[in-house]
Amino acid sequence: MNWTSWLLSGFVATLALSTLLATSQGLGLTRMNLPYLIGTVVSPKREKAKVYGFAIHLVIGLTFSILYVLIFETTHMANWWFGGLIGLAHAVMVLTVGMSLMPGLHPRMASEQHGPNANRLLEPPGFMALNYGIQTPVSVFLAHALFGVILGSLYHLSRTI
Amino acid sequence: MSAEKPTADNDDSWPAIEDYAIIGDCRSAALVSRYGSIDWLCWPRFDRPSIFAALLDRKQGGFWRISPVDRATIKRQYVPDSNVLETHFTNDSGTAILIDLMPGASHTSRENSLMPDHEIIRKVTCVAGEMDLQIEFCPMADYGKSKVQILQCGALGLKIHVGRGAYWLRSTVPLQITDGSARARIVLRSGESRCFSFSYTEEAPAVLRLFDSSFDERINISVTNWQTWARFASYDGDYRNEVVRSALALKLLSYAPSGAIIAAATTSLPERIGGSLNWDYRYCWLRDASFTIRALLELNYWDEAEDFLDWMLQATRITQPELRILYSVYGDQAPRERELKHLSGYQDSKPVRIGNLAREQLQLDVYGEVIDAASQFAFHGGHLDSEMQSALIGLGNYVTKNWDQPDEGIWEPRSGRQNHTHSRLLCWTAMDRLVNLSEKGMLRGAPINDYKAHSNSIRRQIEERAWNEQMQSYVSVLDGDQLDASLLLLSWYGFADAASARMRSTHQAIRQRLGTPEGLLYRYEKERIEGTFAICSFWEAEYLALGGGSLDEARQRFGQLMKYANDLGLYGEEIDARTGAALGNFPQAFTHVGLIGAALSISQREKGEQQLAHRPPAATPQDASKVTS
Repeated sequence: MNWTSWLLSGFVATLALSTLLATSQGLGLTRMNLPYLIGTVVSPKREKAKVYGFAIHLVIGLTFSILYVLIFETTHMANWWFGGLIGLAHAVMVLTVGMSLMPGLHPRMASEQHGPNANRLLEPPGFMALNYGIQTPVSVFLAHALFGVILGSLYHLSRTI
Repeated sequence: MSAEKPTADNDDSWPAIEDYAIIGDCRSAALVSRYGSIDWLCWPRFDRPSIFAALLDRKQGGFWRISPVDRATIKRQYVPDSNVLETHFTNDSGTAILIDLMPGASHTSRENSLMPDHEIIRKVTCVAGEMDLQIEFCPMADYGKSKVQILQCGALGLKIHVGRGAYWLRSTVPLQITDGSARARIVLRSGESRCFSFSYTEEAPAVLRLFDSSFDERINISVTNWQTWARFASYDGDYRNEVVRSALALKLLSYAPSGAIIAAATTSLPERIGGSLNWDYRYCWLRDASFTIRALLELNYWDEAEDFLDWMLQATRITQPELRILYSVYGDQAPRERELKHLSGYQDSKPVRIGNLAREQLQLDVYGEVIDAASQFAFHGGHLDSEMQSALIGLGNYVTKNWDQPDEGIWEPRSGRQNHTHSRLLCWTAMDRLVNLSEKGMLRGAPINDYKAHSNSIRRQIEERAWNEQMQSYVSVLDGDQLDASLLLLSWYGFADAASARMRSTHQAIRQRLGTPEGLLYRYEKERIEGTFAICSFWEAEYLALGGGSLDEARQRFGQLMKYANDLGLYGEEIDARTGAALGNFPQAFTHVGLIGAALSISQREKGEQQLAHRPPAATPQDASKVTS
């Protein structure tokens, strides 16, 4: 495993994913603000939460990219389309398992069953994060596919240089 | 508190324009009728498409009503010195109080806590007997064009997706969803309350309102915030309640993120019922700048004055040295005008327009307005930095090259350009203020001799060609014979002494040809197709206070005008001379600025203080504590 190329490609891929999701929000395709969603786990201060959330998401991206790289190494396949496929699978996991666990994991998130309380005021994402906009799954799929494509391409490139 | 008035007999009847109250959070505003119905709301800002627009179409516009099932008498008031509205419903069975507000919060508070981005809070409490109430929540997206789908989201509340945003309605009342609306009928007994929170966000996850002690706390904080703000008003004359209410209305029409102040929060409320004089006023007109800054500075609202001036100079930066007539709250060009043909219009006053065609017009008066606003700021002790100075000189140089051009003028007729006296007056004002600023050392690098020469030329032209010897009056257009109320401002801007023979006879002519026995003024001499113009009436009161009449005359005229406020102290753009009803967009910032100005001038004359502190000979710079407050 090439650690330098993992770090570089993971970093670039995570930045691309964040950028695409932020662009989707800007274009009105989704309301989901990922740094805000993640950052409010650690801070109730809206603006600071976004900064923390961005940093945490970067770490999460790098962590997940280790898994991608391990799969590349194990299967001896590191290319853009295989990375994209893993990204799509990753998106399915995030949208189904990740989002459904969110109200339980996020200390400030309300649940549809119990509603908000003094500590939990945030709207939960719901199935496939559809609560954050009907096109949110599309944005998440595209962002994760892009994450995988970049990771696969850059990791492949670093091994061929 | 207002005179009692029964609830409407049916949902289709139109409330009078003056039957509305405004609530807001300095980002957007809602109009609440005396019958407990929110009939106008645009989120996330004033000029965005509405979610409630029953103001412009009873059937299709959308509304949110909380009102007694049985006929009731209604009184309403703002919680003193606040923009928190209380509507009292009383009938044979009991009394209920409905509280309406948009909880405001400072930018810092918003950054440092989790709260809904935009929210309306409503709380209804039965205070005596019992009250049978109906709740009808009928939103319609995009100015009533699209039905919405209301989603039941379990314990989270009701949700509506519209475009890039989501609306949430939470309440302590179970609501039945039917065909794009949510309804309930409840009976409240003495001491019981029900709470509602309607919010909007374009960012997920949304923050949801909780109905615990924090709900009442939020209401109390809002009241306290408004009262604290109102206490800053330095006016201590006889009309304090009216002045503070006007300042609060003006504050509601400000857009806190940029410092802009819009003309009104509504579009297409008619200047004549059933007519076509229906315009979109949800933008910022530079022609109001000088009056607005004067009101803010002399009431000691320095932060707002500075924000407004900053906005003006920033917003106009792209087009400087040329200025547009109106801007959006962020300084963009106002949208193109278009008609919403699917809406009936208020009492069938068609068309309903959004956007404003005046954006294409040339109005040379705006240069004088901006320069005079900046001068007032400086003469009161504010600092003009080098960038501001450079912008002002650019505007001044534009005036030197263009003051002799015909333009559309202050009243924005769509009938072509003319040589308007008012526009010349403001061009003279621009030159005069720049010369004064330079002589006081507040403006460096200005071609002062050039400005002086142009100032003299403009003065000469006004005195020679805007004075009609036969009529013994200044006239609206050079070499003309028509009058308009803006001629009263010749003394306001310091061009002519209010007590001079020419101004007195001009006033006499204006009163004769534009005045009504009730003390109101039409703005110009055209066919009477609209109401009297409220600010012109206040200009007259102020003209009298400035020396055009006696103090008693000024007070009497001001007192007459007080009668035309609605029960909450709010004014529209115009007043129907026959009925006293409000006409035009409501409430109107310009009118409230006019009220404040007249009250200030009356008070200053009573105390023997300097008036019109927007010129250096009369300026009374504020002390250091005021500047930094």
